[in-house]
Amino acid sequence: MRKTLVLPYSDDAILSIKAGDDVLLSGVLYVGRDQVHKKLYEALENGEPLPFDFSGNAIYYMGPSPAPEGFVIGAAGPTTSARMDRFSPRLIESGLRVMVGKGPRSKSVAEGIAEHKGLYLQAYGGCGALYSSCILSAETVAYPELGPEALLRLSVKDFPAICIIDSSGDIWRG
Amino acid sequence: MEPDRAISRVVHAIIEAERKLPSDVFECINSAVPSGGKAESVMNAIKQNLEIASRCNLPMCQDTGVFWCLASIGRNSGVSLPLIESVINSAAAEAAEKGFLRKSVVSEPYKARKNTETNLPPFIYYELTDGDAVELSFLLKGFGSENCSSIRMLRPTEGEDGVVKAVVEMMKEAGGKPCPPVFLGVGIGGTMDRAAFLSKKAFFRESMDAELSARILSSVNELGIGPGGLGGYPTALGVSLLYEPTHIAGLPVALTVNCWAERKAVIRFERGEL
Repeated sequence: MRKTLVLPYSDDAILSIKAGDDVLLSGVLYVGRDQVHKKLYEALENGEPLPFDFSGNAIYYMGPSPAPEGFVIGAAGPTTSARMDRFSPRLIESGLRVMVGKGPRSKSVAEGIAEHKGLYLQAYGGCGALYSSCILSAETVAYPELGPEALLRLSVKDFPAICIIDSSGDIWRG
Repeated sequence: MEPDRAISRVVHAIIEAERKLPSDVFECINSAVPSGGKAESVMNAIKQNLEIASRCNLPMCQDTGVFWCLASIGRNSGVSLPLIESVINSAAAEAAEKGFLRKSVVSEPYKARKNTETNLPPFIYYELTDGDAVELSFLLKGFGSENCSSIRMLRPTEGEDGVVKAVVEMMKEAGGKPCPPVFLGVGIGGTMDRAAFLSKKAFFRESMDAELSARILSSVNELGIGPGGLGGYPTALGVSLLYEPTHIAGLPVALTVNCWAERKAVIRFERGEL
């Protein structure tokens, strides 16, 4: 089914999305990939404050190419989610419930999503120009020293994705 | 010798390659008949993405890759190696800036991982060829797929079946991670590193064994990983294979996995153009 998900999300909206649904995301979307995950994980371990509130917010695994003049961002498609698997269960435990990336997740991530009623959405891999056209604004929130891997906040409109793991732990296997 | 003109030809070719696929690669994607459902959604998104990239002059993928370059130098070209190296380095640097490519390279891979902020260095190979031309083959290699590339040192008695089995196992392990449908480069023989090198050079040459390539292609498609890893057909769109002599005790088999965005540029300089 075709669904929409407005971000920040409401609990009801998450529960209504099922594995295999086509989902259009609109609203605020945070961006972080490998090094951001390592830093968020370390912040949690050390009891330090997080650079954004996990509650209600989704994270997108992405590192954009530079924005040419007249663009808010360059190409901006998803990166491989599996590399985040070592950090995600800890982040999910701490309230991060909606993740957007590409490719399969580990068993422990799927279990965490089921337990905490989250979602894993897959964006279309390699489609950087397509996603660039869904992004209305982009700003750096933290870790600017990471360059293309910095933590960003995007505003997106009709950002297409597919639900792979839903809040009851069902996994879309094709 | 006109190094500036040579550099600008290379820069143009790299930037173009980030935005438009080579016509044979595009044709493979365009003519593939997906098995419906999500397979069709993914293939449609890829086509829409290519249209936007071309129309807006944006890289098709945010992972604009590392610069992998093979310099094939004619024995009678009379061109100096340092000049070729300098053209490659200068062109890569300029393309990264002018093409708004992502700076994806870090120094000290297992330590500080500090971004070089230039997307340099390029990874350059040199080989000698017959004739008097110089050809630069650039593969703009993304790492979602490169992380799925691998090598196996098979037993010398495993033969064709062993090669097919090894590639299928590597692709099974890759699953939906490398942005399928993929293009595969297979390198067989030599030493461990030579097989790996051949698996990348294969993207720039006719397969040396069309029959085995076809067998690998159909076996990988039987895995049913599907576009985006969401099941169905196609999982792979092309397989090119190169081989060379090897030791009596070994059968090295290397696989380079390339995502659907098989971005490459070939720039040929005839004698006197470089």
